Amino acid sequence: MSDKHDSHELPFWRKYIFSQDHKVIGIQYAVTGLLFLLFGFSLMMVMRWQLAYPGQPLPWIGKFFPETMMIGGIMLPEFYNQLGAMHGTIMVFLGVVPLAVGGFGNFVLPLQIGAPDMAFPKLNMMSYWLYFIGGVIMITSFFVPGGAAQSGWTSYPPLSVIAPTGQTLWLIGMAFLINSSLLGSINFIVTTVQLRADGMSFFRLPFFVWAQFVTSFLLLLAFPPLMAAAVLQLMDRLAGSSFFMPSGLVVSGAVSHASGGGNPLLWQHLFWFLAHPEVYVLVLPAMGIVGEIIACNSRKPLYGYKALVYSVIFVGFLSFIVWAHHMFLTGMGTKMAAFFQITTMIISIPSVVILTTLILSLWGGSIRFSVPMMFALAFLPMFGIGGLTGLPLGLAAADIYLHDTYYVIAHFHYVVAPGTIFALFAGVYHWFPKATGRKMSETLGKIHFWFSLIFINGVFMPMFIMGLAGVSRRLYDPIQYAHAQPTQPLNVFISMSAWLLGLAQIPFILNFFGSLFFGKKVNENPWGATTLEWTAPSPPPHGNFSTPPHVYRGPYEYSVPGQKNDFLPQSLPAGQAGAPEGR
Amino acid sequence: MSELSHEEIRHHVKIYIRVFTALTILTVVTVAVSYLHLPLWPAITVALLIALFKGSLVAAFFMHLFQEKRLIFVVLALAVFFFLFLLLLPTLTSGLR
Amino acid sequence: MSTAGIRFISKPHPVTGVTNSKLGIWCFLASEVMLFGGLFSAYIMLRTGTADWPRGSSLLNVPLATLNTLVLITSSVTMVMSWASLAMKDLKKYRMYMAFTILLGLAFLVIKGFEYAHKFENHHFPSTSTFYAIYFTLTGLHGLHVLGGIIVNLYFLGPGSALWKTNPDQLTGRVECAGLYWHFVDLVWIFLFPVLYLL
Repeated sequence: MSDKHDSHELPFWRKYIFSQDHKVIGIQYAVTGLLFLLFGFSLMMVMRWQLAYPGQPLPWIGKFFPETMMIGGIMLPEFYNQLGAMHGTIMVFLGVVPLAVGGFGNFVLPLQIGAPDMAFPKLNMMSYWLYFIGGVIMITSFFVPGGAAQSGWTSYPPLSVIAPTGQTLWLIGMAFLINSSLLGSINFIVTTVQLRADGMSFFRLPFFVWAQFVTSFLLLLAFPPLMAAAVLQLMDRLAGSSFFMPSGLVVSGAVSHASGGGNPLLWQHLFWFLAHPEVYVLVLPAMGIVGEIIACNSRKPLYGYKALVYSVIFVGFLSFIVWAHHMFLTGMGTKMAAFFQITTMIISIPSVVILTTLILSLWGGSIRFSVPMMFALAFLPMFGIGGLTGLPLGLAAADIYLHDTYYVIAHFHYVVAPGTIFALFAGVYHWFPKATGRKMSETLGKIHFWFSLIFINGVFMPMFIMGLAGVSRRLYDPIQYAHAQPTQPLNVFISMSAWLLGLAQIPFILNFFGSLFFGKKVNENPWGATTLEWTAPSPPPHGNFSTPPHVYRGPYEYSVPGQKNDFLPQSLPAGQAGAPEGR
Repeated sequence: MSELSHEEIRHHVKIYIRVFTALTILTVVTVAVSYLHLPLWPAITVALLIALFKGSLVAAFFMHLFQEKRLIFVVLALAVFFFLFLLLLPTLTSGLR
Repeated sequence: MSTAGIRFISKPHPVTGVTNSKLGIWCFLASEVMLFGGLFSAYIMLRTGTADWPRGSSLLNVPLATLNTLVLITSSVTMVMSWASLAMKDLKKYRMYMAFTILLGLAFLVIKGFEYAHKFENHHFPSTSTFYAIYFTLTGLHGLHVLGGIIVNLYFLGPGSALWKTNPDQLTGRVECAGLYWHFVDLVWIFLFPVLYLL
């Protein structure tokens, strides 16, 4: 084996580009994910112009768009649909999951369990580059004839089967992303099971690790059916098969050439079989991050650790059997609707347990309002709103009215945007010192926080009202229907909030890159936290720990009565309690 | 598995040969039964039962599942459980009114 | 030789009882169960959605597929024998059995190639009907998995076997994992064959 462990001997391209070190790979994932989040958000900022001022030319930048996208700066409906489909795809698959799982999971998990790296470093490197290639393919799709995918992020056939070339690229891109995810999830599971340090039993694991562990099972088992579905849709598009094409289909007045006999609902089942667990992939790592930050910044153990663990396992398990609540309007009959409604209602229970234990963890704590803590605290009510507004959608009868309206958009954005993404911001501020050895600016962080919080609510709260008024989603022309016209002022308000929200990210971008050079230098444990990553240097060297750590206690021994310090690191030997901070 | 002694492995080899013989015979049986042209549901049942048995032989002996650790069973059991849901629910959701 | 101190590459974990790659390959196989599950689910949904689904034996070449079934089963035996040979420290026998496994795998693909060619000559394509569509997709994806397995096995027959000199236990473990994948591919065919060809 020609592996050289001494990083000094590795050339630049093997140390930073094709690295097998989980920390480098984690940073690669995180930075790429953040860039895709910015790009996906920019797509939405363009879309919001059409929604606020339908048919008006886009000022300043409209003239730079080609005629296939905008004519005289006025958005074409096809381009609007591309923006919509790609915004969803990019945010979910290229932004949030790579950042939450690939970024935070890769960087933090081996450190938190006391391992020198992931179990399969080469596989880890491959999973990043598969993600990167998948992302490039997705972006390239904007520039092929016909433009990018434009049948919603859900790619429902028959529309997606007859859509232009961009849809084929979407399917191929998804294949790369799915395989990237698969390799990553195998790595996470094996690493968590096999490479825990001595003394790190399962019930001494930080909640963050449990969350990532369950998430990995979701990715492992739920993605393959979508892979199968993507293969089937590619066959329909390229080989002329009719997996999803029903008999007797007529497109633009011409009878379809396909053999027919297919079923569009087949796609929906296979798609949602993945896409429902996918939403828990979006939220579980965020809950893990919030748990870590709340414990550390309230100087208290997490309340109900066991309840959290059992709930997160239960949520993961149940997430596989609720998917058809996305399909209540497909004519499934009352028996199956009742089944999925029941499982959907049941899954809200562990979700509420998790949220409640996190809130209760604050009681009696000594709260430190650092920037990570502010984002983590905001997650709680924002995710609460998102979760509660999901209930009418999970009840089949109410969903008849609300399905495919702006109410749905508001619901899921509340859980993912002021929910998960806020938690991810919290994670960036929290672990930036570990990754770089420098702290981010508190002032810029607080500006970022307050303006983001205000404007993000400005974007999504009015959408509940629009949805209740019956305004459908994916509408190019918001004033085309009479019942939607009275809500048009809300569209203007939402668009303004969205653009201001975009501006509010500038302090974050400046802070992130500026702090790399000018941030205040810190030692290995600036937050006074108990988990293992804070015993390694900032940033940790290759191999993480000079000697493999031994774990003596649980993950949240804060403010233990009778101790001199208000926290006990997990690897501090018993009897050395009262030793100064760090080792 | 590499801690097995040579004796144990030779014993395993005998089992592999027996399993191979069983699989071959069962393959012939499956095809022979198909020539009986049974009605659809009995045909499906017989074919799937034989396939399940053949598959179990491969899993238990060639893949050493018979002696594998509990952890592996847990991972597999999860997959099998969700596999069954995936297999049945889409059709059930379309069939029942 | 462990990379950066990663444990349990060749020696099993004292509590879980498995090596990293053993657990890893079983996780991968679990995901493959779900992949083929998605396709089988498609098959069930499409077949039950229509009254006139043809009996596979009326359209497909049963004798050729039966031969292919026996080819694959035999290759599973030679694969497990190649692992057993390594475990008994017999590198020559390992090479022989691995070579047989590869040849049998290639034979499977060649026979499949004849099947496909015959179908295409008679103008039966995935676009012809949903029966042919699912037939080509299921057997095609399975065939790709066979090809992947052949490539992995070629690696272990060739450059990969150099590991025998420095770390024989690790090579044995790796070949065992490759074997698990190969047996799984055989297992899928054991179900594919009756479902597509006989029912």
